[in-house]
Amino acid sequence: MENKGTWVVKKGFAEMFKNGVIMDVTTAEQAKIAEEAGAVAVMALERVPADIRKQGGVARMASISKIKEIMDAVSIPVMAKCRIGHIAEAKILEAIGVDFIDESEVLTPADEKFHINKHEFKVPFVCGARDLGEALRRIAEGAAMIRTKGEAGTGNVVEAVKHMRQVMDEIRRVKNMLDDELVTYAKEIGAPVEIVKMVKELGRLPVVNFAAGGVATPADAALMMMLGADGVFVGSGIFKSKEPQKMARAIVQAVLHYDDPEMLAKISEDIGQPMEGKEIKDLEVRLQERGW
Amino acid sequence: MAPIIGVLGMQGDIREHVEFLKNMDVGVTIVKLPKHLETIDALIIPGGESTTIWKLMKITGLDVSLKEKIEQGLPVYGTCAGMIVLAKEIENFPAQETLGAIDIKVKRNAFGRQVDSFEADLEIKYIDGKPFRGVFIRAPLITSYGKDVEILSEYDGKPVMARQKNILVSSFHPELTNDSRVHEFFLKMV
Repeated sequence: MENKGTWVVKKGFAEMFKNGVIMDVTTAEQAKIAEEAGAVAVMALERVPADIRKQGGVARMASISKIKEIMDAVSIPVMAKCRIGHIAEAKILEAIGVDFIDESEVLTPADEKFHINKHEFKVPFVCGARDLGEALRRIAEGAAMIRTKGEAGTGNVVEAVKHMRQVMDEIRRVKNMLDDELVTYAKEIGAPVEIVKMVKELGRLPVVNFAAGGVATPADAALMMMLGADGVFVGSGIFKSKEPQKMARAIVQAVLHYDDPEMLAKISEDIGQPMEGKEIKDLEVRLQERGW
Repeated sequence: MAPIIGVLGMQGDIREHVEFLKNMDVGVTIVKLPKHLETIDALIIPGGESTTIWKLMKITGLDVSLKEKIEQGLPVYGTCAGMIVLAKEIENFPAQETLGAIDIKVKRNAFGRQVDSFEADLEIKYIDGKPFRGVFIRAPLITSYGKDVEILSEYDGKPVMARQKNILVSSFHPELTNDSRVHEFFLKMV
């Protein structure tokens, strides 16, 4: 008997990204650069988060022709973003055969109360989270992969670090809890107790957990791996840097050799100027506050 | 002494293979650099992105060292991307380099994109009992093979698992199931 789009297949696909880098691209040419540099997947976008932030307005799903152009250009998996709660955008992305959907706070939310019921789809989803409760709510809705929200488009890794540390700290606490304490804890963090129990048994999230939102250098990527990320999304950090090819290759290698400082030093040499960074306190919009 | 099984640690579902092997009577180590090949008795190349795994191997010269080790008889098992890396040729991406360790031609993403990924029950030669649950994720297929290659399993009449001397490959991911029979079969080759 053949079964498509099962939980095993969705969650299993995310496992294949581990120790890898997923890069935001806005053209077929950029997608090829990402593939050539060793990206495990690309995220097809109309604008990178830094430009969304600068230009403002409503940010929606990328145009279909743009996504298709990118799908045709590379052999690696192609992801695309839909707005939080925008079931129709997600259905359209599934219909054109996108490999993974990011229900993302980087786009303007379509629903201020509910996220998409992701169990209803054959295509797997990734969602952002700032703490364990948020991560487990998304998993309960069917997300097959979690990433930190960080603060996208800033080139400032501080929020990604905060969110990864928060999730890891809460996982460590759950691991040491008595079974008696789990129901009350689940209530406190607003997450289903069954999934909290899974976290206690596994000692980690039941799905792959990536870092995202502000990674701009090989050292940033290595830092996130040191903090326990399974891999890294790089949004504006590649194509807003001065030498995207070099930066992309270096970040891919930094994720592999994150625990080897000598290799990291070598990798970090001659990579050109990283993207310009922003102070979090100066931001008009904090994208991480979107999502419920 | 128990054999030491290496898992190629470039990228992909390394952890799943390591966790599988830890429950078996073997030592486990992760191979990231050529020098790590010296201590192992066999190697597993996990699932992941074949283009990424290959590029990362080339940077440190692991591609050349591993090729030598394979020629000297190192048993190697490749799952999904691992099968692509071990194949002689890639039908739909002829320019993509590989180790050429097993005389098969493969087609990448042969079943389509992720929405076409699936699970299916398989019969596997030499593995008795209930069918094996095959997890196929953007999986490759063997489209042709040499006379020294033994096909061990087929799905829909097409080969998805094969062996040639010290090399074992499968399109699917036993490490994503709870069934250790394929890993046990590989350990018998060590």
